[in-house]
Amino acid sequence: MPEQTERIAQSQIRFGYRRHADQDRNGADMAEHPVVVVGAGPVGLSFAIDLAQRGQPVVLLDDADRIGEGSRAICFSKRSLEYWDRLGIGQRMVDKGVVWSVGRIFHGASQLYQFNLLPEQGHKMPAFINLQQFYAEAYLVDRVRELPAIDLRWCNKVTGLERRNDIVVLTIDTPDGPYRMRANYVVACDGARSSLRQMVGAEFSGKVFEDQFLIADVKMTAEFPTERWFWFDPPFHAGRSALLHRQPDDIWRIDLQLHPDADPAVEKRPENVRPRIARMLGHENFDFEWISLYKFQCRRMDKFIHGRVIFAGDAAHQVSPFGARGANSGLEDAENLAWKLDRVLRNLSPEALLESYHAERSAAADENIRESTRSTDFMAPVSRQEARLRKAVLSLAKETEFGKRMINGGRLSVPSIYESPLSTADNEAWRGGPRPGTSIPDAPITGRAGDSMFLTDAFVKAGTRFTLLEFGNGATIDPPDGVGVIRIGGDDGLSDSAGLAGARYDAEPGTAYLLRPDGYVAARFRHPTRSALDAALARACGMN
Amino acid sequence: MALSTSSNFARPDDAFRAIVEAHRGLSDGESADLDAALVLILANHIGDIDVLGEAIALAKRRMLDAIQQQQQQQQQQ
Repeated sequence: MPEQTERIAQSQIRFGYRRHADQDRNGADMAEHPVVVVGAGPVGLSFAIDLAQRGQPVVLLDDADRIGEGSRAICFSKRSLEYWDRLGIGQRMVDKGVVWSVGRIFHGASQLYQFNLLPEQGHKMPAFINLQQFYAEAYLVDRVRELPAIDLRWCNKVTGLERRNDIVVLTIDTPDGPYRMRANYVVACDGARSSLRQMVGAEFSGKVFEDQFLIADVKMTAEFPTERWFWFDPPFHAGRSALLHRQPDDIWRIDLQLHPDADPAVEKRPENVRPRIARMLGHENFDFEWISLYKFQCRRMDKFIHGRVIFAGDAAHQVSPFGARGANSGLEDAENLAWKLDRVLRNLSPEALLESYHAERSAAADENIRESTRSTDFMAPVSRQEARLRKAVLSLAKETEFGKRMINGGRLSVPSIYESPLSTADNEAWRGGPRPGTSIPDAPITGRAGDSMFLTDAFVKAGTRFTLLEFGNGATIDPPDGVGVIRIGGDDGLSDSAGLAGARYDAEPGTAYLLRPDGYVAARFRHPTRSALDAALARACGMN
Repeated sequence: MALSTSSNFARPDDAFRAIVEAHRGLSDGESADLDAALVLILANHIGDIDVLGEAIALAKRRMLDAIQQQQQQQQQQ
């Protein structure tokens, strides 16, 4: 057996620290920036790219000089891929990632249940890809380098934060010593152990689960299909649960539930992990990439906004990993906040628009916490009766449909539906389609030149801004200033040759949807009038 | 739909008897297993989360009342 270390960072990518002119400016002369983002993880990087693409200069600080090692997040959702596609790096992620949509649940040695997360065709992005977080971050950094509006500073650690009325003063430590800088807004994406959260004195309380989980990324060539396999009480790990998931480069993610009393230091030793995984795989032909042991926490901040300091991602909320709701919900935070902050910085919307970020995303965090708590409780029942109910579900699942559906081996992330002050309630009858507050479903469409494309492409072409999605009837209305248009059908429009766009949007001739810049529905109309549209737009901009 | 607490069986004794007999000869642990499965099967058959909620509330209220009564009786003795 080759010598194994606990952590082997395969794709460690290092970045140089470079002294910035801001570091020579102190006291009254200190530099001032409209937006400083703290933390260059997936959320901070994506947020910075989004803002930069909207024309805002961004300073992005990270306390390290490299991309985090190990795999950490691996499952990126369709919604995240659609977001990254808007940021110009969606296809690269998909090309490198492992595409999957099927999951299987086993009890003991037999399969109980199989699900498909994207049973229908006609979406640009798959249900999920698995991709090591360091690849995602590396691709995001590559994209950042194409955007001169982003000033990314490695080895810049925020050590002090002083909140004044409409400004935040940051003290930043570097290899050359500390410097200070002013920011109109600070967006804290500095992770679960956020130091900025401590600096604003915010509570971060919630539930800690007692069971420990061992995560190992192992390298091997294997014939397992590209699916998510979850076991309750598997033959190789009696009485506990296990998860197997494929990643690129012949890396496999293995999660093993341990006993609450297990000693982390002992469990983590490769010589103790190896036999357990060998039992699972039935062979010893694998090498460790990464081993980690953790307990789950489900918690969130009471307020995501503390004056001019705004929290996003793990800094604001934390969930258990079963359900892929960590990184994905952080990316949803980023897409939700970027367009709002852009409008506020341009004085197009009042600062109160930002409150809708807290309203929408804290409700989403509650939903994610609820779902992930349910999954974790199902995997690790806390009382004998809970264990008994779970046993009943698993046993009923062998012959009943409802039993299969009650098995909870992780409910995978889907975008939240916002009950939002920005939405205009439906005033007409709809049989389907995305109601206000829902993210837009994709559909295949045909361009004017007969080229195949997707609705999500048309949204980008229309400017990733407020957009009127019209299903043509010949009569069109003039959109308000600054609002993009996607016209499907009619003489000059894109065509819905497969009929899927019309079906997915419950469209009739004349139907129109007002889409927000983050690709959510703000309002919809069977027969839009300019005044109704103006009112819906004003509401969605926080101006009512 | 609200939880129905009027008598729905033509022969309520038959229903009670069927449940009792299902438990005959079982240990407490086995009985608890049987009940767990039965509750889930019946809950799914009802298929209405509000009715289920009302049923849980009623069962819980009666259970707490019974515990309280027991405690009062013990105090009186």
